[in-house]
Amino acid sequence: MRTERTAAVAAVTMSLALAATACGGGSSTGGGSDDSPKTLTYWASNQGASVEVDKKVLQPELDKFEKQTGIKVKVEVVPWSDLLNRILTATTSGQGPDVLNIGNTWSASLQATGALLPWTAENFGRIGGKDRFVDSALGSTGAEGKDPAAVPLYSMAYALYYNKKMFADAGISKPPATWDEFRAAGKKFSKGGKWGLGVEGSNLSENIHHAVVFAKQQGAEFFTPDGRPDYTNPKAVTGVKQFVDLMAKDKIIAPGNAEYAQNQSVSDFAKGRTAMLLWQSASANLTSQGMSEDAYGIAPVPVQSGTPGTGTGVNSMVMGINMAVFKNTDNLDGATKFVKFMTSDGEQKILNQAYSSIPPVKGAQADPAFNTPANAVLKDTLAKSAIAAPQVAEESQFETTVGTAVKSLFADAAAGRPVTEASVKAALDKAQQQMPTK
Amino acid sequence: MTTTVPDEAAERHTSPGTADGPRRRPGRIRRIGLPYLLLLPALLLELLVHLVPMVIGIVMSFKTLTQFYLRDWTTAPWSAFDNYRTAVDFNAPVGEALLKSFTVTLTFTLLSVGLCWLIGTTAALYMQENFRGRGVLRALFLVPYALPVYTAVITWVFMFQRDNGLVNKVLYDQLGLTDKPLFWLIGDNSFYALLTVSVWKGWPFAFLIVMAGLQNIPRELYEAAALDGAGMLQQVRRITLPSLRPVNQVLVLVLFLWTFNDFNTPYVLFGKSAPEAANLISIHIYQASFVTWNFGTGSAMSVLLLLFLLVVTGGYLWFTSRGRRTADV
Repeated sequence: MRTERTAAVAAVTMSLALAATACGGGSSTGGGSDDSPKTLTYWASNQGASVEVDKKVLQPELDKFEKQTGIKVKVEVVPWSDLLNRILTATTSGQGPDVLNIGNTWSASLQATGALLPWTAENFGRIGGKDRFVDSALGSTGAEGKDPAAVPLYSMAYALYYNKKMFADAGISKPPATWDEFRAAGKKFSKGGKWGLGVEGSNLSENIHHAVVFAKQQGAEFFTPDGRPDYTNPKAVTGVKQFVDLMAKDKIIAPGNAEYAQNQSVSDFAKGRTAMLLWQSASANLTSQGMSEDAYGIAPVPVQSGTPGTGTGVNSMVMGINMAVFKNTDNLDGATKFVKFMTSDGEQKILNQAYSSIPPVKGAQADPAFNTPANAVLKDTLAKSAIAAPQVAEESQFETTVGTAVKSLFADAAAGRPVTEASVKAALDKAQQQMPTK
Repeated sequence: MTTTVPDEAAERHTSPGTADGPRRRPGRIRRIGLPYLLLLPALLLELLVHLVPMVIGIVMSFKTLTQFYLRDWTTAPWSAFDNYRTAVDFNAPVGEALLKSFTVTLTFTLLSVGLCWLIGTTAALYMQENFRGRGVLRALFLVPYALPVYTAVITWVFMFQRDNGLVNKVLYDQLGLTDKPLFWLIGDNSFYALLTVSVWKGWPFAFLIVMAGLQNIPRELYEAAALDGAGMLQQVRRITLPSLRPVNQVLVLVLFLWTFNDFNTPYVLFGKSAPEAANLISIHIYQASFVTWNFGTGSAMSVLLLLFLLVVTGGYLWFTSRGRRTADV
């Protein structure tokens, strides 16, 4: 009798507990509170050579923050392959971190989900004001006319990295400034198992970053001013074709690059298999691959005319990382303090140096540490000739669909199939059809 | 009046019982109820783990669930059958892509299941004979099945790489079978790469199950057949295969469902955007929902997939068991 009762009690207790957990999860109401003022969860993006490296860079800074405020920050470095999915899941369930890093190109997309705290003038005031940040970086924080969904944390830009020794051996005295020079140089290197340029043909984001710039140099945008996808306009087709033609027609990219997606092109460059690389803030990455800093030079990415500038003179997207506060945070005050800490001049210097990026904060950018020749190129590009990713809600879908189209075009080029105006247009048309209709 | 006496007597007789009744009834309820009470946690867990997510998935398929409603998806507007209409409109791009992916998946599944079964059964038959090293070989055959999927498939990714991969090293450099190094992870050959990995991963299961089934066939049958002059092939055709019928019925069904639904293999091989030739339906649905952030359409496709698999499974079981019944008669 006694054991029976115990069993019954246990069964009822367990059922109740189960029912309670079933109902407890996923309540996504409320817009932030201060229920647990002593801890913060922080999802950091992977900026260094590996997740482990990032933990080592961040931990001392987080300890400093704890000393100042008494708030303990639990950091998790999320790899790029998972970050967006993790954010989406957190958005759906309402169970997420308090503070998180996002790729700045996703700002408008994530802003549309309503998961991130809008940075109103009042919120900006708490971290020292909007005018502490560089304008170009603020351009990638959300749709125009809305309060930004995030604040800039690290800024990056594309540059042309070139192997000095290979250039000297080929008798080329200065890095190419126009695409004609670029192709001519590339052809000189592409023989005997070596190649002019390395790309990541199967990496959708890389493809997009180049496609946007190549199209813009032709004067094309992928979205109409009212935010509708317009992938198949003739100038965009020309731009994308020019990019893929580097492999298909000019043959200065090894066909094998079409299946690269894990930064193999960076290690190819570090090993001297390719003479040039178009990459964003690659210095730290190249160092960790064993390439010494005086072995390569850094120049602006070529443009049609030879002089980078605005309009058709752009030669990079405004790359970078933004920091956002999750709307469902239970430590709003602490989260704001943490953003203030991470964007303070002192922390900006330390972190951006560790990641070879450029501080988007004016006070830190002026520091001599960011005046090296390499950083000067990146800073110059960001200030004068970089364009923001399309700040539309569908940006994330744009990255995937057009990125996939470029991937398939590279696959065609690698297999020796012709890449024509028509085939480029067909691939882009297919991408556009996959976009959600409004 | 006299008749009432026995009644009364009976009543009096039973009254202790009825008086006892109210006192004993909770005990009886308790005794009858306890098993159900003990089942309750399991039942709740079943609801929580299986049914609730399925029902939510079905509900989602009737909503326009895009990024704008993610934060509180209950506020997403109802779309009735719009998502389904989009998914099965084979003249529009989304439906056309789904149909294409469905065809690829079906071809792939039939080939993969057929090969898995053939290789598994052949290996199991040869392993029936007693010979030295049989145990070692059996263990070796099961390795692909025992390896964690991710580890196994990522190894294949390295082997399939065009420039540094083992496959091209053998096919092109050493044997000279192809006139140039082929791409396996992009373009049309990706179908064969996927099929290879799938068969490599799946056949040990067929091998294991058929091997177990073979243990149940009495040796005398073979001895009698041998006396009657039946050769090896005859024995396989007349004894082994008919005896394995019930085993095969389940095996083929399970392999079909697993292969048709397989997500891990193509995802690890190709990443988020699989080449068209190897765009399996599970990846396609993932892309429709997660990558383009349209969870409503993704859910609708999932429900359609569920319905298709239900129909196939039901049809298959009906067909095969009917066949067996007539065979038994």
